[in-house]
Amino acid sequence: MGRAKTIARRTFLVGSVAVAGGVAFGVWRMRTPYDNPLMADLPEGAAALTPYVRITGDAITLITPRADVGQGAVSVQAMLIAEELDVDPAQVATEFGPPDRAYWNTALSDEAVPFRSTDQGWLAESARDVMDAPMKFLGMQITGGSTTVPDGYEKLRRAGAVARETLKAAAARLHGQPVDRLGTEGSAVILPDGTRLRYESLAAEAARTEPVTDVVLRDPSTWRLVGQPVQRVDIVAKSTGRQAYGIDEEQPGMLHAAIRLNPAQGAALRGLDASEAKAMRGVRKIVEVPGGVGVIADNTWRAMQAAQAIKCDWAPAPYPAGMEGHWQALAESFTPERQDSRLRDEGDVEAALDGAADIDVEYRAPYLAHAPLEPLNTTVRYSPERTDIWTGTQVPRFVQGNAAAITGQDADDVHVHVRVAGGSFGHRLEDAVVRHATHLAMAVPGQPVKLTYSREEDMGHEFPRQIAMARGRGRVSGGRVVAYDLGIAMPSIIASQMGRQAIPTPGPDLQIVAGAWDQPFAIPEYRVTGYRAPALAPVSSWRSVGASTNGFFHDCLLDELIHAAGADPLEERLRLCSHAPSRAVLEAVGEMSGWGGALNAGQGRGIGFCLSFGVPCAQVVEVRETGDGLRVARVWVAADVGRIVDPVNFEAQMQGGVVWGLGHAMHGALTYADGAVEQQNFDTFRSMRLRECPEIVVRGLETAGKIRGIGEPPVPPAAPALANAIFAATGQRLREMPFDREVAFVG
Amino acid sequence: MRLTVNGTEHTLDDLEPEMPLLWALRDVLGVHGPKYGCGIAECGACTVHIDGQAVRSCQVPVGDVWGDVTTIEGLGTPGAPHPVQAAWIEAQVAQCGYCQSGQIMQAASLLAEVPEPSDAEIDDAMSGNLCRCGTYPRIRAAVKAAARAMREGT
Ligand code: FES
Ligand code: FES
Repeated sequence: MGRAKTIARRTFLVGSVAVAGGVAFGVWRMRTPYDNPLMADLPEGAAALTPYVRITGDAITLITPRADVGQGAVSVQAMLIAEELDVDPAQVATEFGPPDRAYWNTALSDEAVPFRSTDQGWLAESARDVMDAPMKFLGMQITGGSTTVPDGYEKLRRAGAVARETLKAAAARLHGQPVDRLGTEGSAVILPDGTRLRYESLAAEAARTEPVTDVVLRDPSTWRLVGQPVQRVDIVAKSTGRQAYGIDEEQPGMLHAAIRLNPAQGAALRGLDASEAKAMRGVRKIVEVPGGVGVIADNTWRAMQAAQAIKCDWAPAPYPAGMEGHWQALAESFTPERQDSRLRDEGDVEAALDGAADIDVEYRAPYLAHAPLEPLNTTVRYSPERTDIWTGTQVPRFVQGNAAAITGQDADDVHVHVRVAGGSFGHRLEDAVVRHATHLAMAVPGQPVKLTYSREEDMGHEFPRQIAMARGRGRVSGGRVVAYDLGIAMPSIIASQMGRQAIPTPGPDLQIVAGAWDQPFAIPEYRVTGYRAPALAPVSSWRSVGASTNGFFHDCLLDELIHAAGADPLEERLRLCSHAPSRAVLEAVGEMSGWGGALNAGQGRGIGFCLSFGVPCAQVVEVRETGDGLRVARVWVAADVGRIVDPVNFEAQMQGGVVWGLGHAMHGALTYADGAVEQQNFDTFRSMRLRECPEIVVRGLETAGKIRGIGEPPVPPAAPALANAIFAATGQRLREMPFDREVAFVG
Repeated sequence: MRLTVNGTEHTLDDLEPEMPLLWALRDVLGVHGPKYGCGIAECGACTVHIDGQAVRSCQVPVGDVWGDVTTIEGLGTPGAPHPVQAAWIEAQVAQCGYCQSGQIMQAASLLAEVPEPSDAEIDDAMSGNLCRCGTYPRIRAAVKAAARAMREGT
């Protein structure tokens, strides 16, 4: 273990590259660093101190390469840099980095190795290090998997420290002062006599200064920003209508576009009659794209109207036309041939359950839309020499490569400008909208085209959350859970998603069992098996990915067994739990909710627990029966992320994750009929509304060691906690989401 | 056609009267605060005021606009925010922020009519505004804080 740690430390080397007129510094992890992407556009006299900081004669800019899709990523990343650089994040500029391999996301590899995240032993850590190499090779500048904070926690602070010390060295040289008598504060180096030298005024000299790479990070006890409640850098803009999103892009001479895609996602357009549409007001061009047709017009509304007027002949869906076919494919996947993984197999489950199962049940979870409130959109300006793309994306490198493949240009000639996104939840890991916009823009070279999906086109072509089915059995004895056997069948999310990027994904797909095989319980006979169903509708990562379904399956089966054993849901989970931080979050929600206290008639409480993305999260949900249906009244939620970087955002993500998990468990489903998604807008695809929102009490723990993100972990425990609460209140076990199939909810 | 938006009068002669106000604002006048989210009155992201009353601008044909239009940009500014905006900033409501223009316009209209709304009145008024990020707990708190501030005239 010691050795693995040493290697990890040493690979965090800080280096520098000489460039025309200056020098750039970077935090590199591998021996051969990538070229620094910030060198390309560097003006004279500017010093790009690290890939994360740029200081010119008139501006300090913090570069925050992870996309902001509403999760506060820019603020958190800026805070980490500023903590060491001694700038006020509100007083300096922030921007997303251009797409470049130098911004690969090392934390993603944590989720790609077959070790439980609680396993920080030598073998597991080494495997994560090895996985880093392919991650880097793919240049995964990806925002996802709750990795923004773990990925940047050290890199960004180190970047800030290198920049600060190099600026001090530059000031020392200019003013003939010993470095150790200089201080920094408020974007300035402070000389011994109190003179303030703005960082900007030192940019030129810093460019000529040998980088100071031997920096010691500040002790957490001295932090002024990290861990403190601070104002998000975007909060004023977002409260006054001034925040520009991708959909607000304006470029000179810009045209607007809409699209019609085959309702059977991925199938072809066989023919079309656009004569009516062509004659409509404002229409400039009708352009076929793979699987559909686009309309370019002088405003969005006219483009959307014209797109509706096109008569299309669509090819049938490559997946089952109706839901029975999808469920049947899952039901038929629980076979040895389709077994994808059995990473947990303790004791002899077959022998223990042979004719002796106390519980034998099936669970189901539907397809779900991500449906961020900002519909997908992209602005593209194509010319034979250069293509510019403005879009809110979590995968700028994929966007660049795929657009280049369409235009036939070098990737270097495709310039991606990442825009703030109105939510994502995984939706902007897909880039079909960019491909469509690129095809459209090529029809009008030199003119920018903004493609905006209608809500119906967006929801009808979602790349939804996976559909999944689970079969669970178990046995109890002497008031205890003694045998647990869970099989999960779903199509491979990763194969579907990476397949669209032409990236092979050999080996088992850990997402098929994530949130189930890796749970921190010690049950004598304990088995979790993943079955890879055939590809059905195209699916994609949805907030918390595999754990979004598997947390429900795993925890509900456990709850059913605990009830069969006649044990207390909290006590028995604690007795079985083998991981201290997980026990701590369970104990926390027990204490917060006053678990075990008397309840009124018609009230019920359920516990849900899931460890996902390395974060244990527990919830207690309280429901009340009213004359008109069930009311979700209160939720207590606790999670341990190692260290809370931004407490305001931590609370927001916890509450938002609970709302997300509960709302979709109550109401959400995408279903297919005749190969098309039946829910095309928010009237039929339902999630939580304000009137249904319970009181949500949040607690963060900081004992788990490794720092983790919080975007996804609150989602998986919400659905089982609600199902378990409904059982406690009504005696009815809900094994299929959404629950409003069987019970009514009131706001 | 004449349209007054945030105190400025515009003449829109070359526009179909049936074009939704939302798209006239966004694509013709370049007023981007009101957002497109659903186009069918299900999300509230497009909410603006007409003569002080909250309406879904995706549902109002531009030719039918019956009074002065105020968008989030005209409600207040970063330097001089409306009390509802100030409460939203103080409570740090926004996550992605995309729904918040509509949420704020809806709340401002509620508080103009009902200065001291009950929890049920807040639920009723605000439940047509969808927030996919789940900022509802902070929205509730901010509406109450804004109501207090407006009553106290701060
Ligand atoms: S866009 Fe008008 S209510 Fe959704
Ligand atoms: S803040 Fe993202 S939709 Fe409300």
